[in-house]
Amino acid sequence: MLISYLPILILLLVVMGFAISNIIISALIGRHKPTAEKLSPYECGVEPIGSARERFSVKFYIIAMMFVIFDIEVVFLYPWAVAYKSLALFGLIEMAIFIIILLVGYVYIWKRGGFEWE
Amino acid sequence: MIEALIFLVLTIIKIGVVVGVLLLIIAYLIWVERKVIAHMQVRLGPMRVGWHGLLQPIADGLKLIFKEDIIPARASKVVFVLAPVIATVPALMAIAVIPFGDTISIFGKSIDMVITDVNIGILFILAVTSVGVYGVILGGWSSNNKYSLLGALRSSAQMISYELSLGLSLIGVIMISQSLSLVDIVDSQAKYWFVILQPLGFLIYAISAIAETNRCPFDLPEAETELVAGFHTEYSSMKFALFFMAEYANIITVSAVAVTFFFGGWRGPYLPPVVWFLIKMALCIFFFIWLRSTYPRFRYDQLMKFGWKILLPVALLNILITGLVIILL
Repeated sequence: MLISYLPILILLLVVMGFAISNIIISALIGRHKPTAEKLSPYECGVEPIGSARERFSVKFYIIAMMFVIFDIEVVFLYPWAVAYKSLALFGLIEMAIFIIILLVGYVYIWKRGGFEWE
Repeated sequence: MIEALIFLVLTIIKIGVVVGVLLLIIAYLIWVERKVIAHMQVRLGPMRVGWHGLLQPIADGLKLIFKEDIIPARASKVVFVLAPVIATVPALMAIAVIPFGDTISIFGKSIDMVITDVNIGILFILAVTSVGVYGVILGGWSSNNKYSLLGALRSSAQMISYELSLGLSLIGVIMISQSLSLVDIVDSQAKYWFVILQPLGFLIYAISAIAETNRCPFDLPEAETELVAGFHTEYSSMKFALFFMAEYANIITVSAVAVTFFFGGWRGPYLPPVVWFLIKMALCIFFFIWLRSTYPRFRYDQLMKFGWKILLPVALLNILITGLVIILL
């Protein structure tokens, strides 16, 4: 069965070779006349103010954490879905209990305004 | 030994043909998109290079190769160069497990019209395409540009939010077909397409797929009126082209998955399977372009609210309904 992953490995090498060679070729044959203005960050033609490495909204961290929690749920659902017809009602109740526990957290996030963006 | 050699040669031929066709489709997809949008807006679009601008992709490609390759002075150089590769490679790899035709036999040897039939096919696609988000966020962060950073943050938050409902929308189909292999899923649609059994699942998939590929009306990462060009503001030359290619490869992937999961894959009467697959995929892609020329852009808070408060519960509801119907039947 492991042999079916060999083509994927070959494809990975082919595609990586394609992407990297594209970058190398354009770096070799493109023109190079760097100036200080050209290499400065683009800020609509105005002198750049400060660095871009600043703090950003905590909202993005919260989204990332919620993603991890709910993505694990999705991953659990996949093997369950494959075996669903043999599990039948037992499987449905089992998964319903698991999802209801998660939904308690979901409702809590909703009530605390985790999905709001101002 | 001979068997193994034949397998290896066949695989390399298949990969060569599929990657070649994929790159050709990507190149001409850009031309098709410009033409279709132009005609929808009562313009002509590219007309100068070749007949009705047919050589435009080649001209664009040549232009981009000869352009100056700018790496901003304050950028993190290694990450800046790697990011387009990280975005492109997974986008082009997802096509590996999608079946584009029935098994054919040449010289008494049966050949599957798929690069490889992995038994966890759809998990492979979801896993590989979600790596693409690293290309976006690393590219935006390493540019050391405020617009790029904001674009990358928005883009990655959007992509991970809609990935949940994308994954959930496909579970209904898997519950019916009882397999994660895309070849098996196409086989179990011999009688009828799954879009008939899973209309809600398809709707959720379509919406999240558009959001996943950052296309209009979910194209906030590239909202040019506020973010210039989003995460690839600082990219030029072939690095920019690679990001562009990744975007179009992702459109092709989600269209191919939609065809495989909901529209019976390569199945169809009279015409050869590969032709049917390409026709169905072309219609899906046309739908993407049609949307772009029709709808205005979402606002960011609307986008996140819609994904988390509506799409996610509806996707779970779809699984519950499917589960109940399977038990009752």
